[in-house]
Amino acid sequence: MVMKFKHITFKGGIHPPYRKESTAEVPLGFGVKPDTVTLPMSLHIGAQCTPIVKKGDQVFLGQRIGEPNGFVSVPVHASVSGKVMVVEERPHPNGDRVMAVVIESDGSDTVDPSIKPYGSLEAMNADAIKKMVLNAGIVGLGGATFPTHVKLTVPPDKKVDCVILNGAECEPYLTADHHLMLAYPEKVVMGLKIAMKAVGVQKGFIGVEDNKADAIEALVKAIGNDNSMEVYSLVTKYPQGAEKQLITAVTGREVPSGGLPADAGVVVLNVGTAAQIAESMATGMPLYKRLLTCTGDAIKNPRTLEIRIGVALQSVIDQCGGVTKDPGKVIMGGPMMGIAQFTTDVPVIKATSGILCITKETAEIAHPSNCIRCGKCVTVCPISLQPLYLAQYSQRNKWEKCEAINAMDCIECGSCSYICPAKIMLVSSIRVAKREIIAQRRKGN
Amino acid sequence: MNELNLTVSSSPHIRAKHSTASIMQNVIIALLPALAVAGYVFGVWALALVAICIIASVVTEAVIQKLLKKPVTINDWSAVVTGVLLAFNLPVNAPWWIAVIGSVFAIAIVKHCFGGLGQNFINPALAARAFLLASWPGHMTSTAYIPLSDTVTTATPLALLKAGDLANMPSTFDLFTGINITGCIGEVSALALLLGGLYLIYKGIISWRIPIIYIVTVGIFALLVGQDPVVHIFSGGLMLGAFFMATDYASSPVTVRGQIAFAVGCGLLTMIIRLYGGYPEGVSYAILLMNVATPLIERFTRERVYGVSKKKKEVKA
Repeated sequence: MVMKFKHITFKGGIHPPYRKESTAEVPLGFGVKPDTVTLPMSLHIGAQCTPIVKKGDQVFLGQRIGEPNGFVSVPVHASVSGKVMVVEERPHPNGDRVMAVVIESDGSDTVDPSIKPYGSLEAMNADAIKKMVLNAGIVGLGGATFPTHVKLTVPPDKKVDCVILNGAECEPYLTADHHLMLAYPEKVVMGLKIAMKAVGVQKGFIGVEDNKADAIEALVKAIGNDNSMEVYSLVTKYPQGAEKQLITAVTGREVPSGGLPADAGVVVLNVGTAAQIAESMATGMPLYKRLLTCTGDAIKNPRTLEIRIGVALQSVIDQCGGVTKDPGKVIMGGPMMGIAQFTTDVPVIKATSGILCITKETAEIAHPSNCIRCGKCVTVCPISLQPLYLAQYSQRNKWEKCEAINAMDCIECGSCSYICPAKIMLVSSIRVAKREIIAQRRKGN
Repeated sequence: MNELNLTVSSSPHIRAKHSTASIMQNVIIALLPALAVAGYVFGVWALALVAICIIASVVTEAVIQKLLKKPVTINDWSAVVTGVLLAFNLPVNAPWWIAVIGSVFAIAIVKHCFGGLGQNFINPALAARAFLLASWPGHMTSTAYIPLSDTVTTATPLALLKAGDLANMPSTFDLFTGINITGCIGEVSALALLLGGLYLIYKGIISWRIPIIYIVTVGIFALLVGQDPVVHIFSGGLMLGAFFMATDYASSPVTVRGQIAFAVGCGLLTMIIRLYGGYPEGVSYAILLMNVATPLIERFTRERVYGVSKKKKEVKA
């Protein structure tokens, strides 16, 4: 039996208040059956889907309603059975308006008759697994929503020797992965096995922050005597769950600048993604629901829930008792990297790991003042950048200088902005610089 | 649709509690023990000088920011810190106008001519001290020092050391506590300054690197040339300089290796000036010189960025 408890981590990082207790200790909840769902044709990173249903169509639960475009794209599935109300542009949590299929549920949840379990892992080869993952619409559930079948398809020139599951969940407030690992440890482990087979490697790791000792225990138990998998206990520190930081903590390797995890010999998946792979293989069902944490000091009954994709944020908030006071900010995701919403009338998408409602007081951020060069941003940067200079150059539109001091290596974790005593929007300035650099590179080509 | 009035801003949505003002306030808390010793050793006029410097610094900052039509930021406490540090670098017999001119110079010239908070390339209080020392040496040097036990001016320990007058050298205990020592208002008590410095390190406001490496460098240098390291470490402005001046954010490097190089440089220059220079004391000029070298040091001590490595570290796998 292998249960290695290495106490490992990365350089830099911060210790924000975690505020996970209020939802970690509440039992996992299950969302009510929705009346309607809004399914944007962009539930993932990559090309948008084309809707293949029209107003008035009857659809089954799990039926494909959006056809992927290109390799880096996955299909969209109906998360209820019922009637298509409308196909039109709707607000998307990323701030855009995106073509979406709105379905009114008939309440029966009649499953698409073509859906069948895939059978055993032994019966499937790597290509069959990847095809299954694509057809099930599986994307990275940590929040990046990168299509998983692309990750599992390692380019022939790269040599990958292990799959790492990310169970760090370093974002404050969120406990969705924690609940998932506690409730379905065997699915997580099974998903890892499937991913290992798809990638063709003999070694799998699961990295979990040490503030989730119960989850580590559950996973170790689920692995049992299988020597091919190990659970690593990671130091609780933000951004421990950032892909590069996790890889370095677990393997000691670094992802080369501009490279992918595969360049470090690794494929990284979120624990939720792995559990979904196992679920889809066992049932044949696509990804149509996920765990998310609805929390924050403006939420009456914060908790982690299983919610279908396409349910409005407002409906989830209502299922958690609604808001206690006027929320100043509603964030999709965690407080460090989540996206602030201008309306709660947007749907839960595959990236929605959390809905955070915070009061005006909590949301208030003081105006930026002069940089005092305290160097704290340099100390906390997990990539060893110098955020203070990147931000200075960015504010003066000196994009070449930003590029010269490695702006493109920024992982946008926000640790610099968090720690800055002068409240300077460091990571925002760096993001602007990155966008400009990319735009100029395109122009150059 | 709903009527919520939501703020939309870029992440992160939470921030650490500390602020520029809280950092500056902590520096002032850290300076309180030395201030108490100053009041005890030098009497009320020492405290009055501190008050004059604080008022002059804050007023200068407010006036300049008003004139430049910039937001007035005196509530960030940084001018107060500069005022206290400048006063700590004055001898107790300094007249009030020296304190005022020094404060105006520190804030107006050194700080705001270069862009205000965080932009000064040298430490304002030290630059003002150097300016005063050059302009009114009579008011700024040993003739102006009066210790508690005496009403006659006496030489500082380092001046005694320089003159080879070891017979009148104070005891190590006196040097450490600063009780019977003469010198600038804030520099006499190594103990009080050490307490304040350790408080700042404990609070995470300064890193241990600059002060500790600075002090150790001075100690090792003294040992190598056969002098008493204890005298060199506990006397003069070393404790004040190492913990409160060399660690000035604006004028010291932000990189780890840069801070080490900076501290070693400060230590070497301090000892070279003390032993071979014209002045008995070298801390302020050592720090000022290293301040000027800071941008250069930073350029050569940038840390290796993650993933941008020597090819060796890459995985062969």
